[in-house]
Amino acid sequence: MAKFQSLREAVAENLRAGDTVAFEGFTHLIPHAAAHEAIRQGIGDLTLIRMTPDIVYDQLVGMGLAKKVVFSYAGNPGVGLLRRMRDAIENGWPRAIETVEHSHAAMANAYEAGAAGLPCAVFRGYRGAGLKEVNPDIRSIVCPFTGEELAAVPSHRPDVTFIHAQKASRRGDVLVEGIVGVQKEAVLAAKRAVVTVEEIVDDFEDLHPNLCVLPHWTVTAVAHVPGGAHPSYAHGYYGRDNAAYLEWDRISADRGLFTRWMKENVLDVGPEAFAARVRGL
Amino acid sequence: MTVSAFTPNEMMTIAASRALSSDDVCFVGIGAPSAACNVARLTHAPGITLIYESGTIGTAPDVLPLSIGDGELCETALTTVSVPEMFRYWLQGGRISIGFLGAAQLDRFGNINTTVIGDYRRPKVRLPGGGGAPEIATSCRKVFITMKQSTRGMVEKIDFFTSFGHGEGGDHRRRLGIETEGPALLVTDLAVWKPDPETKEFTVVSMHPGVTRGQVQETCGWKVRFADRVEETPPPTELELATLRDLQARTERAHGGKKGA
Repeated sequence: MAKFQSLREAVAENLRAGDTVAFEGFTHLIPHAAAHEAIRQGIGDLTLIRMTPDIVYDQLVGMGLAKKVVFSYAGNPGVGLLRRMRDAIENGWPRAIETVEHSHAAMANAYEAGAAGLPCAVFRGYRGAGLKEVNPDIRSIVCPFTGEELAAVPSHRPDVTFIHAQKASRRGDVLVEGIVGVQKEAVLAAKRAVVTVEEIVDDFEDLHPNLCVLPHWTVTAVAHVPGGAHPSYAHGYYGRDNAAYLEWDRISADRGLFTRWMKENVLDVGPEAFAARVRGL
Repeated sequence: MTVSAFTPNEMMTIAASRALSSDDVCFVGIGAPSAACNVARLTHAPGITLIYESGTIGTAPDVLPLSIGDGELCETALTTVSVPEMFRYWLQGGRISIGFLGAAQLDRFGNINTTVIGDYRRPKVRLPGGGGAPEIATSCRKVFITMKQSTRGMVEKIDFFTSFGHGEGGDHRRRLGIETEGPALLVTDLAVWKPDPETKEFTVVSMHPGVTRGQVQETCGWKVRFADRVEETPPPTELELATLRDLQARTERAHGGKKGA
């Protein structure tokens, strides 16, 4: 049953050191405020799962909170590389991280399998690709009906998944619209799920009946954090702050500049800072 | 008719756009592929279906997206589906005719590396990785590739097989049980290349106006094969050039100085 909490309480109660955690969002609705709260609370030794570990995983890795990242595209989309993650992989700064690399298809299938309660995902993938030579989690299985060899990967079962969404009802039902990404699967695959939302409304009665809704009993906690996806975006509320993504390339290029930026914009502020960031977007 | 001066990059994007038709359903990569696909949509292929891996199907953005999931892609799409559905039903289900990819490293058989430069465990440069590309390369009916020529990018041997092209050439795809056609076109800033029907090695079939064979070879890390008859790529038309420049100007205004291409 969804519990309404402050973000501080929701993170403290649901994320523990050593957890496997997914902060999901496919370009859209990335739960930045939730990840910043985890950074403020200094919850470390995390295994991070994410299809596209962009800026927010660059920040978690750069702050030394991750021991392992499971991913399929470690870039700043349209801008370039994730410089903090690269520094950790190439130079072990601030600590070395283990990486488990997949394709998008594998990650999406692994979440879906997790949501479906299956131990592994089966799909037609990785044919001729080099990743299966370097990732022992990529194996194959033979179709018992046709004999076709198919790829198999273990399902994702995060201890906790964080997502951001447009609306929650007073009961805790969650509405997601626009690019829905893999968030529904990531929530249903996880043991616990925390959702930050732009707005809390009485109910969804006047809305389209097929909008993606996670019923309140699939969600552990809901926190009201307007602007909580910034610099990503919330369809219908504010646009993607592309300039911030471009700016991140400069900030993340330098260890000192990165450290100062994190102190000023994450450690020394609270989740309420997000609302101001999206004003005018 | 005289044609305005154009850059090699503009010629590349426009030559790539010409390979697309209104009947195509195209899985679009960010960067040069995205620019080419949208120029095609805005000129000779208005019916083309553009799909970005964020789940947007039949999108028609007014500016080039900075990421594969910019809001404009969803707002202008016929429909938007979840990412698992995108990869399972639409890509793996065989609904997509062309996968349009870029490359950090490419070899003569259309094998692509966007994962690492150097050894995987001790990379010289850790690149973003494959994202959707490993399966785009094998599930779309054909693959088109576009990239700027350089000896660093077009190499004898790629460091990592992010996306399988024609492997070692010949029938290597078939031997792996891959039924799709694979890389069918390479458009660079200097030339248009197609695979030899037998060996599958990319062969120059057309050079852009003013480009010499020497230039093509100097910027390519393998020994270039030229077709028996090498055509000259028709220069951009005024319409093509104006469409591309308008698109990039709108994009630049929207993204604060970055072209998204």
